[in-house]
Amino acid sequence: MRAPCRSTGPPDHGNLTMLAWTIYISFLGVPLLLLLPKGSVRAARMLALLTTATGFAVTLCGFAQQRSGELVTVARVPWVPSLGVEYHLAADGISMTLLLLTGIVAISGVLFSWNIEHRVKEFFAFYLALIGGVYGVFLSFDLLLLFVFYEIAIIPKYFLIAIWGSTRREYAAMKLALYSFVGSAMVLIGLIAAYVVAGARTMDLAQLAQFPFPVHFQMWAFPLVFVGFGILAGLWPFHTWAPTGHVAAPTAASMLLAGVVMKLGAYGCLRVAMTLFPLGLDPWGFHVLGFGSWRDVFALLALIGIVYGAMVALVQKDFKFVIGYSSVSHMGFVLLGLMTLQQIGLDGAVLQMFSHGILAGLLFAVVGRMVYDRTHTRDLSELETMHLSKAIPFAAATFVIGGMASIGLPGFSGFVAELQVLIGAWRPFPLFAVFAGAGIVIGVAYTWRAMQKAFFGASDQSAETASPPLPAISVPERIGAFILIGASVVIGLYPQLLLRIIVPALRSPMFNGLWKGGGW
Amino acid sequence: MTNFSYLDLLHLVLPEVIVVITALCVLSVDLMFLRTSESRFRGPVGAILSLAGCAAAVGWILHTPQSANVLDGMLALNPLAQRVQVALLILTMLTVLIFIGSTFTQHVSEYLALILLATVSMMFLVTTQNLLLIFLSLELLSLSLYILTAFNKRSVRSAEAALKYFVFGGISAAFLLFGFSLLYGCSNSTNLVHIASSIQGPFLDPLLIVAAVMTMVGLGFKVAAVPFHFWAPDVYQGAPATSAALIASGSKVAGFFIFYQVMVIGLAGAEGSSVWHGYTSGWVPVVAIAATLSMVLGNLVAILQTSVRRLLAYSAIAHAGYMLLGILSHTDQSFRALLYYAITYALTVLGAFGVVDLVEEATGGDRLSDFAGLSRQAPVPSFCMMVFMLSLAGIPPLAGFFGKFYLFSAVLNSTPRSLGLLWLIVLAVAMSAVSLYYYLKVLKCIYVSDPPTDTAPIHISVLRQVVLFLIALSVVLLGCAPNLLLRWL
Repeated sequence: MRAPCRSTGPPDHGNLTMLAWTIYISFLGVPLLLLLPKGSVRAARMLALLTTATGFAVTLCGFAQQRSGELVTVARVPWVPSLGVEYHLAADGISMTLLLLTGIVAISGVLFSWNIEHRVKEFFAFYLALIGGVYGVFLSFDLLLLFVFYEIAIIPKYFLIAIWGSTRREYAAMKLALYSFVGSAMVLIGLIAAYVVAGARTMDLAQLAQFPFPVHFQMWAFPLVFVGFGILAGLWPFHTWAPTGHVAAPTAASMLLAGVVMKLGAYGCLRVAMTLFPLGLDPWGFHVLGFGSWRDVFALLALIGIVYGAMVALVQKDFKFVIGYSSVSHMGFVLLGLMTLQQIGLDGAVLQMFSHGILAGLLFAVVGRMVYDRTHTRDLSELETMHLSKAIPFAAATFVIGGMASIGLPGFSGFVAELQVLIGAWRPFPLFAVFAGAGIVIGVAYTWRAMQKAFFGASDQSAETASPPLPAISVPERIGAFILIGASVVIGLYPQLLLRIIVPALRSPMFNGLWKGGGW
Repeated sequence: MTNFSYLDLLHLVLPEVIVVITALCVLSVDLMFLRTSESRFRGPVGAILSLAGCAAAVGWILHTPQSANVLDGMLALNPLAQRVQVALLILTMLTVLIFIGSTFTQHVSEYLALILLATVSMMFLVTTQNLLLIFLSLELLSLSLYILTAFNKRSVRSAEAALKYFVFGGISAAFLLFGFSLLYGCSNSTNLVHIASSIQGPFLDPLLIVAAVMTMVGLGFKVAAVPFHFWAPDVYQGAPATSAALIASGSKVAGFFIFYQVMVIGLAGAEGSSVWHGYTSGWVPVVAIAATLSMVLGNLVAILQTSVRRLLAYSAIAHAGYMLLGILSHTDQSFRALLYYAITYALTVLGAFGVVDLVEEATGGDRLSDFAGLSRQAPVPSFCMMVFMLSLAGIPPLAGFFGKFYLFSAVLNSTPRSLGLLWLIVLAVAMSAVSLYYYLKVLKCIYVSDPPTDTAPIHISVLRQVVLFLIALSVVLLGCAPNLLLRWL
């Protein structure tokens, strides 16, 4: 089934059946890992790398096939016929972009957890289960199936953090699991209600999106489902799981959490909440505290997330918390982009999901793996005395590049994405666009501060001799860093590579309700 | 009706007869041939005999499906009831399999015979629509379960639990009988269908209300719904694990089946309604109150538990709350959803008790701390426990998730226009989000906590691991392919 990677003629949109294998391969890796003999650490790593690499290769293959960005069915068979539930996998440009992101982050995550020595097989088993769930969410076009994969992703996160984590790991893991589960409970209520209102015949996303749900129903179902998914996307004020979770998680898990899992939430907001209930974005017809619609409310929450996340990041003492809060800030751009309901804003939001996924992964890799695993401290004031730019120059260089990309330097992916979001936000929310721009400036400040403190500490020469030399940066780390930087640069220099499939996907009839409903 | 030969009757109840004969065989074989042999030999022989008997009954039911309604509803056989009988027999077989190797008693054959008698009563319970036979089967079931609870003679807790169970059970049986007698008085019939036809009317007779409430008290006790749940934690904690497993699994399925039958068939026309802003009096609002209380109290109190058995007891109360939703929405679809939920729940909780039993044998207790580090010592049972706990919490792709989805959408679908029962669904989903916390707590002990340093490696028989693994596999399978069971219900 993986063989046909060749083009099959001009009119079709490519044969993408092999994409389903991203899910199967990841889940297949789980039992294989567990069946490995005791103590085979190296084999477990190689198997995990092989699995994620195969998944990525399959995704790339699909990416090459995906020409127009339109919706292509990957698999479709009845699952529970009596309820009208189908096993329906499909991919359009948005899914494709996020699958690509998942593949890249998954590979580099394995490379950056090469030094895990404790219960290795289980670590990679949970890791692959999480990846499989994520691939599943991005490919599902049946709502029940999407929800199934969405929840499958919760449990491995819990164990990854609780077993292999650091600071307050059990607390952080439980907090994350409960926040995610509360979010998905809200989503479940919305989905069941939508299913029943539409006649309890189908859970197919495209068919439900066509169904004219009554306005009063959409008015409560939209915020319910949007917030449910938004919790996982770091929507302020429900973001508090994110910094604690990122900080407590082992490196690979924080890369996945910030890089991919937060995108699950944003993807759900776009794909489910906004597609099913576009009328929920319409004006209420009255004003409360200056808000005229849910759109205003969520745009403001996104903006608060941007500015608040950045300001809190500015005063952190823990290096990893800086990155953790910066994730909240950057995800604010995604949510703001969604709420613009302008096509350029939505394009930017999707691109920002990709860009932030890569960059958050990179920054967490530097902080968690390159710095913390060597120095065993993340306290910025302690790091200041260690002269890390001399001890581990590679880490410093990587962080500088990642930081520059993250604050939106032209030439990197972050710039293209955030610029589009700001342009999109300008028309409906000019004031918000200004404040979001200010958020970027604060972003420069906290990145600069963290970089300066962590790597280019005070220049007194006293501590130079005190500490023993740190282990050198290993080969897997270098490869992982190059992959992530490379992805960001390629998209930064040639965003059309992704935009060519994102833009047509967002212009597809499935999203018509958005443009008619509120935006234009 | 009067011209009905005993031979025909025997033909109709042959599965039950097979199980009774098996029970007698188990007893007599043990008494006559094995009195002098070692107990580790007697157990498997009795178990194999019981398994063979149950399998024969299953085979007979599947081979000759029958439909009949004879003797004024005393025996109402239909395909659905027979399939539930099969499910009950399979649950019993699994219980027996878990029992093999238990060492708490010398009286293996008596124990197995009681399990089989309980099974017979459950089988009768799901194939009758007559008040008299319902009461008789319930009593036979309860009496067997009382003794099964008290079976561990070396444990004070076992005796205490049985006494509590017996006292509460006796009172609830009195309530039930009183309710049934009033129903008979109102309608001059003991057949559920006739009762329903005679109580049709614009207003509810006050006597009927008393009868309905009394009946609900009796049945609510059977399914451990709040406020009739007080026996559950003590019984779950004190009873031998196998008995607790049977109480939590098979007896729950049968209890909910008959609860639905009595309410929906017997009290048709007196439903009332519990939709938001649209209450009308009847039995539905009463069930709604019980369901609400069960969901809230069960889930919240379970958070505080440190004993896994008590935790399972409160989670059982919470799950009874969810299942009551299937009764109060009283549509065909919700009945199927209820059965799917009850059967998969029974399977899951049966496996969970199997693991608890293992841990108790190894560490001597069922406290959360006794589970610490189990995954390092016994990976297969730990994995099974993970499947069971996550299924109870409703995580896909396990059976518990699909059960919840199906049940909730069926309940909501009973009022598709107004979504009048949405408030109950919101509460149920919110409470199941709460439940994840305590299920994860168990898994945290198993997977995250370090094992105590001085413990010897746990030895677990292969058979038990295989049985537990099969149960876990079926929980996964029923979640991934729910159609396997749905098509059948």
